[in-house]
Amino acid sequence: MGSKTPLFDKHNEAGARIVDFGGWDMPLHYGSQKEEHHSVRQNAGVFDVSHMTIVDLSGERVRDFLRYLVANDVAKLKDYGKALYTCMLNPDGGVIDDLIIYFIADTEYRLIVNAATRDKDLAWIREQAEAFAVAVAERGELAMLAVQGPNARELAASCIAAEHRDAALALRPFNGLQAGDMFVARTGYTGEDGWEVCMPASQAPGVWDRLLAAGVAPCGLGARDTLRLEAAMNLYGTDMDDNVSPLEAGLAWTIAWQPDERDFIGRAALEKHRANTDRQRFVGLLLEDKGVLRNHQKVLVDGAGEGEITSGGFSPTIGKSIALARVPAGDYDRAQVEVRGKLLNVRIVKTPFVRNGKIQIDV
Amino acid sequence: MSELPGDLLYTKEHEWLRREEDGSVTIGITDHAQEALGDLVYVELPEVGLDLDEGGEMAVVESVKAASDVYAPIGGSVVAVNETLADDPEHINSDAYGDGWIVRMQPSDAIDESALMSPDDYQQFCDELDD
Repeated sequence: MGSKTPLFDKHNEAGARIVDFGGWDMPLHYGSQKEEHHSVRQNAGVFDVSHMTIVDLSGERVRDFLRYLVANDVAKLKDYGKALYTCMLNPDGGVIDDLIIYFIADTEYRLIVNAATRDKDLAWIREQAEAFAVAVAERGELAMLAVQGPNARELAASCIAAEHRDAALALRPFNGLQAGDMFVARTGYTGEDGWEVCMPASQAPGVWDRLLAAGVAPCGLGARDTLRLEAAMNLYGTDMDDNVSPLEAGLAWTIAWQPDERDFIGRAALEKHRANTDRQRFVGLLLEDKGVLRNHQKVLVDGAGEGEITSGGFSPTIGKSIALARVPAGDYDRAQVEVRGKLLNVRIVKTPFVRNGKIQIDV
Repeated sequence: MSELPGDLLYTKEHEWLRREEDGSVTIGITDHAQEALGDLVYVELPEVGLDLDEGGEMAVVESVKAASDVYAPIGGSVVAVNETLADDPEHINSDAYGDGWIVRMQPSDAIDESALMSPDDYQQFCDELDD
């Protein structure tokens, strides 16, 4: 028996197939993963992401602390509520976790880190925080829902207290605000518009019911994975981990090299790695033959060597198989993938594969 | 789970077999199996004419989640495959015992029914798995 979110009974009521996910009993799907996927691309779906770890940091030097702790630079956050996606690196430049940081107040930031990495993240953050006298508070009493899809905000608006509703609807992408005892942010992990909402656990079942009554489809981890893969959003533990540099995981854009004098954990290792021109590429693949690309399949590139699929699967939106892969350095746009002893043809494509309901690649 | 067809035999690997009048045997996977797999997105079918030993790799069914081998429940040669699955693998989800059939085999030997399950036995087998 794993940990249960405040919505566990609601998942069963909705007919969920429950699976273990990092020690949590979570819904994989509620009947059809593909239909849930399409609901999010075409209308709206809701995901219980209460298993994710919410950590509030506070202290006079919290900003300095975060500028040291993570590879992106929280100094970019000028307005309250603004969000930043970043990696937290170890001294070797490997990724301890990827996370979102919200700028709450001058002495307060909120971090959302992965569920499966909770223990090591909290231990690492607490260890580093000591020198900065920053208080680290896990907010296990909060639930979190992600409402995603082109109609998500409109359908979810009635769940926000009336006096905060207009402000919530006016949020720009990657911004959040405190709305009574909810925290609403225009963020997500699907490539669609929508909100992620933190709230007291006791409110979550009522909000869930109201969303379903409004026509928002309950969606499980299965659809969450195919949606994020189409959006080419990395999954921790699959696309990168403690032994992978963000420079080989398509995450170079999350590293703030400027200003030069900012010393963040992993910077020295990362600068060495950056100078290495033989770095592997992190690319999107589209399968041109029939079949399905899967994690860990071998990618063969004529004249360049071998790579590996880090996330592979079937894209319900495209109707073909797609993947993210780490492949050898070089200039090429075709490769082959070994699937059960056969070599299948793949094309290297620019990601994301799908964004805001539309296919972004030539298929 | 929906009612199990009474005219079929079942295996512990969640396959079903139907004995046809011409002596061939149609084979598919059960409703229980397709439910566990989730939405199917690809089926790799064998070549017609392929000879298979009992337990040999007969087909691969891939769902949104994972790939699963389907093993030949009997020895024999493949006499037909369900070509519609190439474009519509979801037939297995929507109609596991009908449009979702996978292969038809000509058995090499008499079928050992004692190694297979009746609908009642298979139902009980599934119920115990779910507990």
